[in-house]
Amino acid sequence: MKTNAVSEAHAAYLKRLRRSARLVILARIGVLALFLLLWEFGAALRWFDPFILSSPSRVAAAIVRLIRDGSLWLHVGTTLYETVLGFLFGTALGAAIAVVLWWFPALNRVLDPYLVVLNALPKIALGPVLIVWIGAGTASIVVMGVLVSLVVTTVTVLNGFLAATDEKQLLMRTLGASKIQIFTKVVFPAGIPDLICALKISVGMSWVGVIVGEYLVSKAGLGYLIVYGGQVFKLDLVMASVTVLCVLAALMYYAVALLEKRMRR
Amino acid sequence: MQSELIRLSSVSLAYHTVAGETIAINDLDLTVYEGEFLAIVGPSGCGKTSVLSLITGLLAPTAGTVSFAREDLRAGYMLQRDHLLDHRTVEKNVLLGLEVQHRLTPESKARAMRLLDTYGLSEFRAYKPHQLSGGMRQKVALIRTLAIEPDLLLLDEPFSALDYQTRLTLSDEVFRIIRNEHKTAVLVTHDISEAVSMADRVAVFSARPASISAVLPIGFPSSMPPLERRGQPAFHDYFERIRKELHI
Repeated sequence: MKTNAVSEAHAAYLKRLRRSARLVILARIGVLALFLLLWEFGAALRWFDPFILSSPSRVAAAIVRLIRDGSLWLHVGTTLYETVLGFLFGTALGAAIAVVLWWFPALNRVLDPYLVVLNALPKIALGPVLIVWIGAGTASIVVMGVLVSLVVTTVTVLNGFLAATDEKQLLMRTLGASKIQIFTKVVFPAGIPDLICALKISVGMSWVGVIVGEYLVSKAGLGYLIVYGGQVFKLDLVMASVTVLCVLAALMYYAVALLEKRMRR
Repeated sequence: MQSELIRLSSVSLAYHTVAGETIAINDLDLTVYEGEFLAIVGPSGCGKTSVLSLITGLLAPTAGTVSFAREDLRAGYMLQRDHLLDHRTVEKNVLLGLEVQHRLTPESKARAMRLLDTYGLSEFRAYKPHQLSGGMRQKVALIRTLAIEPDLLLLDEPFSALDYQTRLTLSDEVFRIIRNEHKTAVLVTHDISEAVSMADRVAVFSARPASISAVLPIGFPSSMPPLERRGQPAFHDYFERIRKELHI
């Protein structure tokens, strides 16, 4: 039983726990600081060529420049828009397909090998085809984001649905439940953890799809900036874009993690 | 004896699997009387559970008939595992059957809550199943079954997943609840002493294909609870007679 009246030994134990948690956070910051310091000094002391590897100060300057001329928001906005759209459509459609496949086991059996192949296939390989079909524009990029997150969502969510035990469904049948009742009351709730897991995977996947899409066709976006920077040998610009991408991807992941916390309650 | 509630006459049941056809039940005659507590014991895998599935209509007999005294007979199932839904509170779990059958009214809900109250679970209403012990979970499962007001309770080895001590106390409690609510009950078990300690009659099944090798009336007063029965001198005699019937 947990009580508030702790013994001295327990207080000491809690204190140790808190201290070790603080140490972990400090160490995390330390790793980042050490990395940045080595990078900066390495560049300053010419251990390597900052023209090739850039440096934190040059990256920061590049970001400031992007903010000043207002183009940062255009690129971030474009990429974010495409990613969020791809993510939402991809996961919604993927989950819907999972529901259909659960509902019709025969269909699932027929389509299973195709699903396996589609899951294993790097969807990025379809990029050139998409451009031909849909056109060299935002639509192709969003579809790429959808494709990349769609199959993995279907597979993960379907597995979650199928994990609801037969016995639980038998119990529902003995209570006289219909199939839709079995789905809404037993199978879907049992699949929610896997659904959240799928969301977490898809968040990362959508970024991959969109950035690759932007590599292939685009006039704006962080993927465009990265390719452009590489082509004109502005490595500062490449590193700056990657840094911004890191922050955005992390923020979106934490947004999903926050959603998970709320749903688990 | 009381009036008949269910009668299985010359019932046979065959299963089909890839490996072949299995005769699970062969020419079985069994009657369940209103208000009695019938136990079915037999070697594991002998088709005891199939009998329950036949009674609820989850399986149809290959031959023979299953007839009921009333058309709208409602059966409540209690399985080996409680299968409480983790995302629902105890209260919501108890109301599951009513909800599914579209019979959830303020009155039926109040009745279900009274059951929780009577059997000492009302303070756990808002708990999630994982916060309860195994025995308590099984008790919640029983109340979920009782909430739909079944005419008949089918208990499929409901205690076998519990540790021995919980099993003894819980079977005592479940017995009291069933007697209190005046329910007819069919208990399937492989535990001879469990059968003797709870039932009015014990049907002994043969190995597969199942048929009845003996039906033994247990002479204890119906109301005598399991733990008390276990202390009676006659308890051991019943145990021995069933053991011999099972050729153990």
